Amino acid sequence: MELLLDSLFNGVAIGSVLLVAALGLAIVFGLMGVINLAHGELMMLGAYTTYVTQLIFKLPILKPFYNSYIIVSIFLAFIVSGVVGILLEKTIIRKLYGSPLETLLATWGVSLILQQFVRSVPLAYGTGLVIILLIGLFLPTTFPSKIKESINFKYFKFSSWIFAALTGVLTGSVISSSVSKLSRASARNVDVTAPAWMRGQIEIIGTAFPKTRLMIIVITLISVIAITLFLNQSAWGMRIRAVTQNRQMSDCLGISTEKVDIITFGIGSGLAGVAGVAVSLLGSVGPNVGGNYIVGCFMVVVLGGVGNLLGTVLASFGIGIMTDLIGAGRLLSIWPDMPLPLSNTINFFATTSMARVMIFALIVIFLQFKPTGLFPQKGRMVEN
Amino acid sequence: MSLSKIQFDKKIVLSFWIILIALIIAAPTILPVFRLNLLGRYLSLSIVALGVDLIWGYTGLLSLGQGIFFALGGYCAAMYLQITSSTEFPNNIPEFFALYGVEKLPFFWEPFRSPVFTFFAIWIIPALVAGLIGYLVFRNRIKGVYFSILTQASLLVFFNFFNGQQKLINGTNGLKTDVTQLFGQMVGSESMQRIFFWITAILVIAAWFFAKWVVKGRFGNILIGIRDDEPRVRFTGYNPVIFKTIIFSIAGGLAGISGALYTVQSGIVSPQFMTVPFSIEMVIWVAVGGRGTLLGAILGAVFINYAKSLVSEALPASWMFIQGGLFILVVTALPEGVLGWIQGNGPRNLLQRFGMKRKIETYPSLEVNNKEGNNE
Repeated sequence: MELLLDSLFNGVAIGSVLLVAALGLAIVFGLMGVINLAHGELMMLGAYTTYVTQLIFKLPILKPFYNSYIIVSIFLAFIVSGVVGILLEKTIIRKLYGSPLETLLATWGVSLILQQFVRSVPLAYGTGLVIILLIGLFLPTTFPSKIKESINFKYFKFSSWIFAALTGVLTGSVISSSVSKLSRASARNVDVTAPAWMRGQIEIIGTAFPKTRLMIIVITLISVIAITLFLNQSAWGMRIRAVTQNRQMSDCLGISTEKVDIITFGIGSGLAGVAGVAVSLLGSVGPNVGGNYIVGCFMVVVLGGVGNLLGTVLASFGIGIMTDLIGAGRLLSIWPDMPLPLSNTINFFATTSMARVMIFALIVIFLQFKPTGLFPQKGRMVEN
Repeated sequence: MSLSKIQFDKKIVLSFWIILIALIIAAPTILPVFRLNLLGRYLSLSIVALGVDLIWGYTGLLSLGQGIFFALGGYCAAMYLQITSSTEFPNNIPEFFALYGVEKLPFFWEPFRSPVFTFFAIWIIPALVAGLIGYLVFRNRIKGVYFSILTQASLLVFFNFFNGQQKLINGTNGLKTDVTQLFGQMVGSESMQRIFFWITAILVIAAWFFAKWVVKGRFGNILIGIRDDEPRVRFTGYNPVIFKTIIFSIAGGLAGISGALYTVQSGIVSPQFMTVPFSIEMVIWVAVGGRGTLLGAILGAVFINYAKSLVSEALPASWMFIQGGLFILVVTALPEGVLGWIQGNGPRNLLQRFGMKRKIETYPSLEVNNKEGNNE
């Protein structure tokens, strides 16, 4: 019983990182039919945001609030990855609408650039750049509609970019002068240390659970609930669902599909950032950290099908629990006296990498019966 | 494809071939061994690019997992070389097996003692694996992005498998070939490398003709049909699954040959051939060269790799930026690739932008008639 609980907990912990990351991917894929290969790098940005936030909270002014940095960094990571995602949508993905394979390649290019960016640009200036983007993209949208409709709006836009540039450069240099670790570019992996209240373990029903993993599960739970509420209760959520179901029809009925695309892509990317916070709690953070998770996320999307959050949730927990069951060879400890050939097979697959091999084989077998995932969208088109 | 392709004169084509053959014969004497070896490697990579062009440029299947077949070919060749040159080691098996306490050659390597078997295995095994993966995926009408990420996942699976199995294939260290013997000569030696260069050059040309033959005629038309409108091909009475499986396994076989040639020239095969970035790079060679143009795939593979080695020697950090930019640029601005752009009126359109007049292309006979009409 204890063992089973332990295994279940580990599986849920693995699955919840996958879930937050795959959630964004699945929503975007459902809406635009686009797979974002830079999703892993958006996670990486989220992880680096956690690192930067941690260092900034070590400054004397913010030292008293150090313990809460992880909560702040969740919001910051959402914003940072979201802004980068929105930029990506506005500059590249929109141009390639209707050709998903080309988008795949272009986003791969973006992921290469982002990886090299964190290697060769000091993080302080990277932060400055994100602030420039944030202000430049969002300040114009906060103006009253009277200004927005006026003919001189482009000058307002232009001046807000100048303001953004000044603020960004200023913040960048302030951060780089006050935190020496952020002022130099480095390709080395960095470590995020959890605040004191998150270290250690909690005992429930005789089993010890590490607090960081519990925290990750809590983050996941909150994200999933928030997204479900957003999609099902808010006006924009309704529009997103409408465009996902039928883009042309929604466009005809007056929904601005352009805005829906931006908002969805921003939220999807932001969720990748939140997943990045979770990833930074599990291990060290480097430019390649996203690559370790990204294929798992793709498998979740393939397995779960699009347009249904339940599919994504089930698929990621399924993959997480299977990874733990196979990878740690737990079946053997649950059923110790199984016949020899079977136990040999299980031992053969009892490493993390071999577990992936096994899970992929299982997914391919599953797809033979349900090619469009757990919960396929029903339609009468030839395609789909 | 655009209708107005530039038709080359027969004399130009002939002289092109003469120059090309002369260059291939002369290259080993002109180039220093290091550069010759690099050129040989890039040429062998152009064979895998041909395969990518067949499945992506002609059939519209974007595979991000060609590294699997590339590495399989490499492993077949490397294992044969290791086994034949391990006569002085205990049990007549390659040295690395002793490190992991393996005393008998694993049974599936046993046939690789025969050179004839290896010769066929290099391309048949990757083709069979590709055919199997392809059939299982295509059978369920999985296509587009789904297909791409499934191939990427299977790439990762093969990578994990090869990386983790020390006792079977020396795991992450890979198999070395440069100190092995082939027909009594060291594979890494200069004279052998020269021969490998010629073999590669001949095989590239052979693969090119083979690919041309594949895309010609009805088979090629169906491939293009699948790319442009698969449901319509199905409704016309063809079964796209068969055609897709065949072309995917052809591409797999080409990748296997390419991997074997690359392995003997680079001196090692390792799971690094199955990393995710390497397989996506193969796509960018084709994309830059011009997808749907076979020559473009070859030229793209050679030139991009050459540029990569030049840039990496000079400014190591900037190659990632350049490569990333190339991906974005080629997809947004130059979707037909360089060769496709040249063939499809690209230069003329550019000149027109700078004020040059555009020649109106019609049937020559009509043009003549028109002039006469004006005169009257």
